[in-house]
Amino acid sequence: MMPNKKKWTVGEIRAALTAKKISAHELAHEHFARIERENPKLNAFLALCPERAYAQADKIDAMVARGAELPPLAGVPVAIKDVISTRGVTTTCGSKILEHYVPPYDATAVVRLEAAGAVVLGKTNCDEFAMGSSNENSAYGPVRNPVAPDRVPGGSSGGSAAAVAAGLAAAALGTDTGGSIRQPGALCGIPAMMPTYGRVSRYGLIALASSLDRIGPFTNTVRDAATIMGLIAGRDTRDSTSASHDVPDYMASLDAPVAGLRVGIPREYFGPGMDPAVRHNIEAGIGALEKLGCKTIELNMPHTEYAIAVYYILLTAEASSNLARYDGVRYGLREAGGGTLMGMYRATRGHGFGAEVKRRIILGTYVLSAGYYDAYYRKGQQVRALVTQDFREAFERVDAIVTPTSPVPAFKLGERTDDPLAMYLADIYTVTGSLAGVPGISVPCGKTPDGLPVGLQVFGPHFGESRVLQIANAFEKVSAESGLPN
Amino acid sequence: MRITREEVLRVAELAHLELSEAEVAKYQQQLDSILEYIAKLNAVDTSKVEPMAQVLAEGKTVNPAMRDDVMIPCEVAKDVLKQAPDAEGAYFRVPKVIER
Repeated sequence: MMPNKKKWTVGEIRAALTAKKISAHELAHEHFARIERENPKLNAFLALCPERAYAQADKIDAMVARGAELPPLAGVPVAIKDVISTRGVTTTCGSKILEHYVPPYDATAVVRLEAAGAVVLGKTNCDEFAMGSSNENSAYGPVRNPVAPDRVPGGSSGGSAAAVAAGLAAAALGTDTGGSIRQPGALCGIPAMMPTYGRVSRYGLIALASSLDRIGPFTNTVRDAATIMGLIAGRDTRDSTSASHDVPDYMASLDAPVAGLRVGIPREYFGPGMDPAVRHNIEAGIGALEKLGCKTIELNMPHTEYAIAVYYILLTAEASSNLARYDGVRYGLREAGGGTLMGMYRATRGHGFGAEVKRRIILGTYVLSAGYYDAYYRKGQQVRALVTQDFREAFERVDAIVTPTSPVPAFKLGERTDDPLAMYLADIYTVTGSLAGVPGISVPCGKTPDGLPVGLQVFGPHFGESRVLQIANAFEKVSAESGLPN
Repeated sequence: MRITREEVLRVAELAHLELSEAEVAKYQQQLDSILEYIAKLNAVDTSKVEPMAQVLAEGKTVNPAMRDDVMIPCEVAKDVLKQAPDAEGAYFRVPKVIER
């Protein structure tokens, strides 16, 4: 057996299995042992499924033994955000209302990962129903940032980000509605990818906002993100919004030179409110891309400043509709509420949902209610069209757009919990791409003088995942040498 | 205030949410500042803008209405009913809705 190596890439696992230096079973065991040691401190996992994991690992080891061709993710230990359904494994969405919910089926993304040989270890903590930017809205306690345990890991996919960053899993699935993959990826210092809307099936993803939700990977390298994207992307007849575009070979273009590519730098993403250390690193990162031969072009994306306002109208409207299903009848918590049907609904929802969820349901119900629909919901959809148009126009001039992922590095636990609006503004650079439906990745861009990770965000046009991954991969290779503290 | 206490109560009623007195007061104040922030959208001229109802308008997204209408048994009824707080046979049981 190899020494207890902490961080594994997909390629390293494949090489070690093939050379019989470690078995898939041993690798899973090594990860469960580390989770047992470190999870009490990090709170990244909410549930583990060792039986399922070892059964899959043993299948892989049998393939190794008989010299079979190994599937692309053979033996790779993965973690799944707790808003993604896993058959037979408790899936709470970080909420008390689903505390004992056990899905009767697997999400398509999980089916595809396991079909590719991945070993599912368990479910990761997140903000309740993926509503939050710090993981402090989980009913099961906050996740701690493995880089700085007194700080948040970001959210809402904080458990997935922390699990990969701490070496508790080699990769993880998260979901991104307004930044919930990219922002925790940035704050924990790992690559984190949001695909194009519709690129990955949402079947089995417990809905937050259906026109915004996406599933995507957290990994240790951009290469691994490309591998996983190639496996989970593609049409699924069980999700009518999943796109039928062919899935390109993301690996084929991953190492292509980026010299000559046009990279847009939108002015609006460099305004006040950005931490000076973040600004310093992002500017150095852009310098590194220029050294690679990318041509930087300054852009104006004038509707950027309206994105948060649009987002919190449309998101809360969709969320209030999607969360109407938690009524104490078919699954989850039920509270008697005085014995009447209405009383039961009101008590179940009033006690089962946490503060942020209730706040958003009220706001969403308000913006959809009679008399306010045109002023808020319709207006929001109109300005969403303008935010999207900014992206379309930009992509006529550039191949990709580069921005910071988050205006600030990981903040301290409790620092922002009293002011919901301040928390919403943490998503200021990520919600734009969410509204426009374009793909984006956050890739590590050095650390602040305090040792906190900074993320550089790369957006591409719709279905431009190849280009996004290519630039992120090139950047990842040079970022260590570009004068950024790592 | 952009949102009154009565509006918070009315919306909570619509959303079937039981709120404590403290929650009503807190949400009224917090929603007020969020709505104040959202009001910045009034500065955008949208008189000639179509609302965006679909993310990928040019879409290769297959029209879901055009799929073949075939029944695919999913055979999870038992597992589904197992999740119910109160199930009997093939039914979900709820408090009595109609008094007679």
